Amino acid sequence: MPEHASKQYDLDLGSIRSRVLQMGGLVESQIRRALEALVSGERALADEVIADDHRVNAMEVALDGDCSQLIVRRQPAAGDLRMIFAITKTVTDLERIGDEAQKIARMAKAIHERGKNQMPPAVDVRHAAELAISMLRRTLDAFARLDCNVAQEVIRDDAGIDAEFRAVLRQLITYMMEDPRTISTALEIVWIAKAIERIGDHAKNMSEYVIYIVKGTDVRHTRME
Amino acid sequence: MAALPAAPKPQLVKGAPLVAKAEVRDLDFYYGDFRALNGINMTVHERRATALIGPSGCGKSTFLRCFNRMHDLYPGNRYDGEITLHPDNTDLLSRSVDPIEVRMRIGMVFQKPNPFPKSIFENVAYGLRVRGESSRRRIEEKVEEALTNAALLDEVKDRLHEPAYNLSGGQQQRLCIARALATDPELLLFDEPTSALDPIATASIEELIHDLKERVTILIVTHNMQQAARVSDFTAYMYLGELIEFGVTDELFIKPKMKQTEDYITGRFG
Repeated sequence: MPEHASKQYDLDLGSIRSRVLQMGGLVESQIRRALEALVSGERALADEVIADDHRVNAMEVALDGDCSQLIVRRQPAAGDLRMIFAITKTVTDLERIGDEAQKIARMAKAIHERGKNQMPPAVDVRHAAELAISMLRRTLDAFARLDCNVAQEVIRDDAGIDAEFRAVLRQLITYMMEDPRTISTALEIVWIAKAIERIGDHAKNMSEYVIYIVKGTDVRHTRME
Repeated sequence: MAALPAAPKPQLVKGAPLVAKAEVRDLDFYYGDFRALNGINMTVHERRATALIGPSGCGKSTFLRCFNRMHDLYPGNRYDGEITLHPDNTDLLSRSVDPIEVRMRIGMVFQKPNPFPKSIFENVAYGLRVRGESSRRRIEEKVEEALTNAALLDEVKDRLHEPAYNLSGGQQQRLCIARALATDPELLLFDEPTSALDPIATASIEELIHDLKERVTILIVTHNMQQAARVSDFTAYMYLGELIEFGVTDELFIKPKMKQTEDYITGRFG
């Protein structure tokens, strides 16, 4: 795409796009650390994730402000308009992913404080979590490179996470029926699995925005062939 | 897996069904040997506003002035092709059609307000008198109607016989619109009508254009793309005398089909 006649416009738009990617990187790190805290029981790490959520929130507010400024100053049209519109929505999804990471960190703390004897055996959300992180990373790549093919892959992968969530839920229900002492912890794991499933949903949303930026087609609430 | 029905799309063309008011076919225009317009084909829809946008020198004003045969005023200018005005299928460019008659049906408003050095009343009455209207009562009725439709009557009703030059720039432009409306034109041409006005006066002219669409077809040349987006139902992008893209305004400013249009409206035009 050729440059704008206004160099400052290019700089402003480029700065906003790169900060969306930075925010995405921070959010990805939040999820990773929250899951590490869940596995290791490292309380300080969980506290760090909870405390760092304000950085994600601050980035959301700053990026929204910059998008408003750009709209006022440049009145973006066509591809630029779709880009700014998609960014304001992407930033909201990223902030919500940050909230889900914080939720996982809180649950991790609660589970480990309760002790391992109440942990249901052999329930592992790590596979679903890796899939969610991969979806997030690929959707950020698709955004950076404006790659519709990758975005479509991410949209398709969301069904996999949904299936993982249902499987985890089935397992946990079985354990809770067998041993009621595991109910409190099992419920917290349900919340964690739900948070991971929501991260997948947000990554899918962001991929739909990438398709909107590139093709101008709104694929939300439609089913892909 | 069967696809779900697509999400409902916003209705792109609002209002009554589209009816062609004017059809441009294979229009070329020459200033002497220089071809300023090249094979333009376009439909102007009745009671809709169509905006012509494009960089300076792209031919949008030249195109606009073909509709009321303004180019006839200078020797050496030549039209090829047709502009058919409906419903009577008059070819506006035909030599057998009197340009004065054309200008009775197609009014024009220019970039700078250009009231005549006469009173407010006489400015609006002028076209009626040229047309041969002699009934004082009839002229008064038409002047009042035109000033009302131009959203000016309330501001000038107590000083109709004062010189038009006493009005502000925005009022003078609305007076010019009233003057154009007095002869009941079917098509109104605007050539950058607000480029000499402040934002408030611009807003009042844009509001007026919006209201006028109920009774007259509008073709507007503007350098201001936000204005095109605000006031028009259809937009045509021109470049180097050619029509590059013509489409529904709501779509063209969000998802243009042609890369050249995208580059122009996003400010990437080098």
